[in-house]
Amino acid sequence: MRMWCGSRMARWVAASLAVAISASVAMTAEEPGSKDAKSKAIAKDAKSGTKKAADEAKPAGKKREEFTTGSSDVLISYINEQIRQGWADNEVEPSEVAGDGEWIRRVYLDIVGHVPPMEDIEKFLADKDKAKRSKLIDKLLDDPAYVRHWTTVWANLTIGQTAPRDVSRKGMEKFLREAFTRNRPWNEVVVDIVAAEGNYEENGAVNYILAQMVMPDDGVQATAKTTRLFMGMQVQCTQCHNHPFNDWQQRQFWEFNNFFRQLTKRTVQKYDAKAGRNVTDYVELNRRDNVDDHVTYERRNGLIEAAYPRYFGQDAEVAKKDKDGWDVNRREVLAKLMTEGEKPLVSLAMVNRMWSQFFGYGFTKPVDDLGPHNPASHPDLLDRLGAEFVKSRYDVKQLVRWICNSEAYNLTSQATKANEEKDNPAAGTTALFSHVYLKSMSAEQLYDSLIVATNAHKSGRSSWEQAEDKKRVWLRQFVTTFGTDEGDESTTFNGSIPQALMMMNGELVKDAISAQKGSFLNAILSETPQDKDRIRRLYLTTLGRNPNAKEQQMAAGVVRVPNDQKLAAYQDMFWALLNSNEFIFIH
Amino acid sequence: MNLVPNGMTRRHFMSHMAATAATIPAIQFMQHLQVHAETVKKNQKACILMWMGGGPPTIDIWDLKPGSKNGGEFKPITAAGTQISEHMPKTAAQFDVLNTVRSMSTREADHGRGRYFMHTAYVPNPTVVHPTFGSVVSHELGSKRKELEIPSFVSIGGDPGSPGFLGMGNSAFVVNTQGRIQNADTDGMDPNRFKNRLKMLGTIEDSFIASKRGEAPQAHKDVYKKAIDLMTSKQMEAFRIDKEDPKTLDRYTNAGAPAGMMGRANNDFGRGLLMARRLVEAGVPFVEVGMGGWDLHANVFNTLKDRNLPAMDTAISALVTDLKERSMIKDVVVVWMGEFGRTPRINQDVGRDHWAASWSVMIGGGNLKGGLGVGETDADGLTCTSKPYLPGNIWATACHALGIPTTTVHTSKRGRPMKIANGEAPIAELIG
Repeated sequence: MRMWCGSRMARWVAASLAVAISASVAMTAEEPGSKDAKSKAIAKDAKSGTKKAADEAKPAGKKREEFTTGSSDVLISYINEQIRQGWADNEVEPSEVAGDGEWIRRVYLDIVGHVPPMEDIEKFLADKDKAKRSKLIDKLLDDPAYVRHWTTVWANLTIGQTAPRDVSRKGMEKFLREAFTRNRPWNEVVVDIVAAEGNYEENGAVNYILAQMVMPDDGVQATAKTTRLFMGMQVQCTQCHNHPFNDWQQRQFWEFNNFFRQLTKRTVQKYDAKAGRNVTDYVELNRRDNVDDHVTYERRNGLIEAAYPRYFGQDAEVAKKDKDGWDVNRREVLAKLMTEGEKPLVSLAMVNRMWSQFFGYGFTKPVDDLGPHNPASHPDLLDRLGAEFVKSRYDVKQLVRWICNSEAYNLTSQATKANEEKDNPAAGTTALFSHVYLKSMSAEQLYDSLIVATNAHKSGRSSWEQAEDKKRVWLRQFVTTFGTDEGDESTTFNGSIPQALMMMNGELVKDAISAQKGSFLNAILSETPQDKDRIRRLYLTTLGRNPNAKEQQMAAGVVRVPNDQKLAAYQDMFWALLNSNEFIFIH
Repeated sequence: MNLVPNGMTRRHFMSHMAATAATIPAIQFMQHLQVHAETVKKNQKACILMWMGGGPPTIDIWDLKPGSKNGGEFKPITAAGTQISEHMPKTAAQFDVLNTVRSMSTREADHGRGRYFMHTAYVPNPTVVHPTFGSVVSHELGSKRKELEIPSFVSIGGDPGSPGFLGMGNSAFVVNTQGRIQNADTDGMDPNRFKNRLKMLGTIEDSFIASKRGEAPQAHKDVYKKAIDLMTSKQMEAFRIDKEDPKTLDRYTNAGAPAGMMGRANNDFGRGLLMARRLVEAGVPFVEVGMGGWDLHANVFNTLKDRNLPAMDTAISALVTDLKERSMIKDVVVVWMGEFGRTPRINQDVGRDHWAASWSVMIGGGNLKGGLGVGETDADGLTCTSKPYLPGNIWATACHALGIPTTTVHTSKRGRPMKIANGEAPIAELIG
């Protein structure tokens, strides 16, 4: 299937992008007075970081000791320098370092996908270790919930929240779960996904390609999605014409597409006596033999041309047999080319995406559109992280360590007068990371957070699959699919009215605030004698902080009721906390 | 609706209402409401967008090319002053108030980009999210309808897009065609207890809003306010198409096709349009109703003639008939569009692919002229041979019909002025 665009598109899109490009150029251009500005920014930070014991120990000298979470990795200093340079160049001053309560909530949600349990918060706040932040990051990376969270994130990215027909979400999750459990090098994971063949539950990686085969399209969707998701290149328009504002040529699209021409899937059905009809038993992604060595495509002038498998101008060797005597798997050839070299796009795309997972914005907008036409906000930093990620042997956990130990990730989400205007990417500015931006919890993060905040995770565990199935059923209410060739879907879990109604009146929150035996409220009422402490713990569990004076006063009034009404009063307070903006945002 | 006693806010009133409604004789209460509803719905401007997800082959629906190699299997029939597909006979009979615009040239042939462009009149741009047109109307008209307690932008199985810089308060309220709004009541909770909960919530929310964390915390509070309004509103009845006479529902949904030929999704479109009519009667200024199944890369003619067109023809003609009967057609503008059209050339799978260079939309009602085919394409449907139009022209025409000045300018969060409908002009032939 092809898409035709009008001939004026090039000129016109280029014009509309010129604004964006010139804006980012201005921000990354060298600033003559930047040295002064930089020292100013550093001086300010010395003031703001007073919470850190390390800073206080240093006399107010010319150069303040850098912010540190306790990690000694030199790359983190480099990240901090680069981010500071951006502040200086744009005359923006950073916000203060986040308090421990704000930070622990954020780092839990970002690394393991749920709010921290109350005991962990209390322990962390009491901990005097100067390196406690970096130690917590390491601890969370070893938590089974890290695997669960990132499996969800990447299953959604690869096959969508609702798996299309003939695609196994279970299979995809199983593959990803193993990858994240063993912290497999990302390049190997990409190779396995792009080159996958076989049964959709035995080799779950095939589900990625199967999800791009919803309609017969000669691998066009698989080509477009693979370049976009794993390489950060948006090439979907170039199947019909040269890209108006990057170096992609129409020929290049079809050269890439050539690697996806052996795709064929086999759906095997079985009779389901209960349903009284045939259902899918299993699906296989197979390889067709004797596929033409070239694909043909139509130029805009009507000429038909041929495209051979080439990777950025480099001929790919596909005219040979594998050890079983079959034509070689072209996708495997492609996947290896994609992951070769010192700083391949696969590395840059992953760095950019992971950065945006933690900060809400990557170095480019959108996160999956890298290239000279769309300059990065911090080009040197992106490049260096890309190269270091390769040197680390594509160690995803190491990448998370670099990000979470950076100064920028440890700042508060409260903006200041000195940065709220110039650094407001929600309003369209370049992201400068002078304060942490709010992110909405994903539906999965909310679900898992409610489980943790209500102690449900401690009661008799169901299996991974059972728990995930239950979550899927709940999630389904928010997702609408559109049945287009790109498998588009949208969600009403986006801060809209249905989400508000679900939070106020839905079963999930109703269960969360129930006072059955073993529930959080029940425990707090029986184990914590003082109302003051109970209130504080409710705030810690939900918001990761203590109530302020006004809230404390209000809450004390609410629970000042006869004993038989206490439970209801606490339920109401818990309800209000779970429904608040402060709960649903990651900050 | 001036039911609220002087000196009381509506919220205050509603909280009493919830507590006391049971003591007022129910019939008397409902009659009172209905009388008011009658006067309210008169002269309320509204727009119903019929969204054809996937990109409809308009060359087989609105701009047929008999005699061309691209023409396909269908013949044109007369529809007032123009011609449309022979598989749209009931709609053709209502075409005195409808028009086609047959020289759309919109450049975006990717689903995501086309959806964005057609809904917003702007091409995607990394520095700003433009509001979808339903959010624009919600912002312009919904905010002025103080009596409206349900959302001013409803999407029924559609794909409405983002409110962009107009904020979540103007986002689409997405429902399915069953008309059941999930979680819309407190399940019999004591109203005072609910009020207490809301008071506590307000305290927590306000302190977070005051903490300099951008605009999202306030937007969260605004959405909650709308959700609470909706929970206490009698206008929720508008979503209940089961309150209609079954014969009425039948007029919207029964295309008389052989059993088994009608996909559920297509029946859903008729249900959606019936709900849209009820919502517009209740004062909702913008309703989007989605119909999917248009990404017809294969088997285009059989799918159209057996499934998509009979269902669509039935639903649209029923809606227009009702709007005429209720004297609402002069106030309600209807717009029919998808992401793009489909290739004039028929592919090897007897399908048509994505095509944005020359295609059609349908627009009518709202005191626009009727029965016209505006603009034209060449004999093979490959290029526009008259003035080409953009989505901005369609939305500017809708603005004209809705009484929203086309000189309106919104301001993005960074202070950039954004002209309504991208500053395009209404289509001259359609306005008086």
